[in-house]
Amino acid sequence: MGKKRVAIIGTGQTYHKSHRPDVNGQELIHEAVSSALCDADLTIADIDAIVIGNMDHFEGINYVDCWSVDGSGGVMKPIIKLTTGGTTGSTIAIGGYHLVASGLFEKVLVIGWEKNSESDTTGAITTAFDPVWDRLVFAGAISGLAVEAQAYMARYGATDRDGARVSVRDRKHACNNPHAQLRKEVTIEDVLASPMLADPIHLLDVCPRTDGACAVIMANEDVAPKLASKLDWIWATSSRHKYTYIGDVNWGELDSMYNASREIYKKAGIKEPNKEISVIELYQPYSFAGIIWIEDMGIVPRGKGAEYIWSGATDMGGELPINPSGGVIACNPIGATGLIRCAEAAMQVMGKADIRQVPDVNFAISTGFGGCMWTDMILHGQKKPDF
Amino acid sequence: MTDIFKDIEPMVYKSQINVPYSWWAGKTASKFFTELKENKKIMGTKCDKCSKVYVPPRKICPFCFKENQAWVELSDEGILLSYTIVRKQLASLPKKVPVIYGLIKLDGADTGLLHFIDEVLPKDIKIGMRLKACFLEERAGKIQDIGYFKPIN
Ligand SMILES: [Zn+2]
Repeated sequence: MGKKRVAIIGTGQTYHKSHRPDVNGQELIHEAVSSALCDADLTIADIDAIVIGNMDHFEGINYVDCWSVDGSGGVMKPIIKLTTGGTTGSTIAIGGYHLVASGLFEKVLVIGWEKNSESDTTGAITTAFDPVWDRLVFAGAISGLAVEAQAYMARYGATDRDGARVSVRDRKHACNNPHAQLRKEVTIEDVLASPMLADPIHLLDVCPRTDGACAVIMANEDVAPKLASKLDWIWATSSRHKYTYIGDVNWGELDSMYNASREIYKKAGIKEPNKEISVIELYQPYSFAGIIWIEDMGIVPRGKGAEYIWSGATDMGGELPINPSGGVIACNPIGATGLIRCAEAAMQVMGKADIRQVPDVNFAISTGFGGCMWTDMILHGQKKPDF
Repeated sequence: MTDIFKDIEPMVYKSQINVPYSWWAGKTASKFFTELKENKKIMGTKCDKCSKVYVPPRKICPFCFKENQAWVELSDEGILLSYTIVRKQLASLPKKVPVIYGLIKLDGADTGLLHFIDEVLPKDIKIGMRLKACFLEERAGKIQDIGYFKPIN
């Protein structure tokens, strides 16, 4: 905990689409920022500092903090860009939290955005890998995920039907979210019949490419209760990285998520995460991760992830609903994706999630994931942290 | 200094990434380029609140943080705010040196438009001089549909 406790007081999102030819990047950002300011009942003049982020190379604009001020409202304000690949959206949330928790800024606007439609994302993502070793023999985002799924299936006997069940869940949930890009229910058979991209990952197992933006406004404990009646308190954040080379990874288990979750639970005194956490917005870019990573989070024992998913526990109305928004499989404007998880978790805590609302949310978790198997995690709470 | 590299024969790996882009201009910029191409008109947006006129046109006034709604047609003439003369031929230059870059504030606008200046000797160029847009005959809906600005005699 920093000098000040921090609450999220408002969130905003665009209606995410595969292409947004009607707006440029700044204009897209402005839509999310306007929506968040409206939600928090503030004007841009109330904002003390801005954190913005998107993926390196995706739009080929590498001074986004400056270039985006028309849309971000950053004219003559402190503004900083953070970019950490897939975790960018969660990193900017954690960065915004740090700025407010430090006591240096009262109200901070956090913005994640992406116009995925503007480039070849595989070429850009490949730059995350070491140029001398891994990059020459490995490329893009899906290959690493496929390797993870293969290793897990071999270790714990999961099947492609288990993966498909997660995709069915998220795509069903997405129908409740007007902001999601893909809002169409599918069956297990649909998933298994879709084209194989990289064994064992089918087309309907993975996320799309999306144009979209998200904005979140954070305020410190001195002003937050005066500004909003519904608050989402940030209890703890965590960030973990593991490897330099792809061979360093413990494939089939996500060590960064195991570590990040234990740090969060320790800070908040959580003993039984499946009972104490009401909802998770998981940055889950493909279906099998929905089985593997809940084991790493300690929601279920090792090898029991699939059984828990099939029981319906993570569906709406279940013991621990995961991705009421439809998650990343339904919508993935990458630089915004992690922040959308944070915003959706905040909406759940604030009771603003409309028809995708989970009842009586006390604790929510949002996560961020990067292609190099790293993890960000945020614990959101309805009550003000008592530490 | 060279001694520390004495026994080293480093391998070097050359590579490149290929990331082709297609940037959406958006509805606001597209209107500007369509008018430029089809009607040789230079259009700006005017903020309802502070009345600033923007060229390039902006959907959002960055100072008022409001969407600009009103379109205004601007003159194809204006004054030179500042300039530089590029003397060294670099690969990124589309013309032969000396190349003159100028910031031109069109009559009726509040912002400067970056463009080339031509039909003038470098020694004769002065801040504050009046300039006029020279449109190309073949236009493609790009900012280069204005070939350059030239002095008004
Ligand atoms: Zn204005």
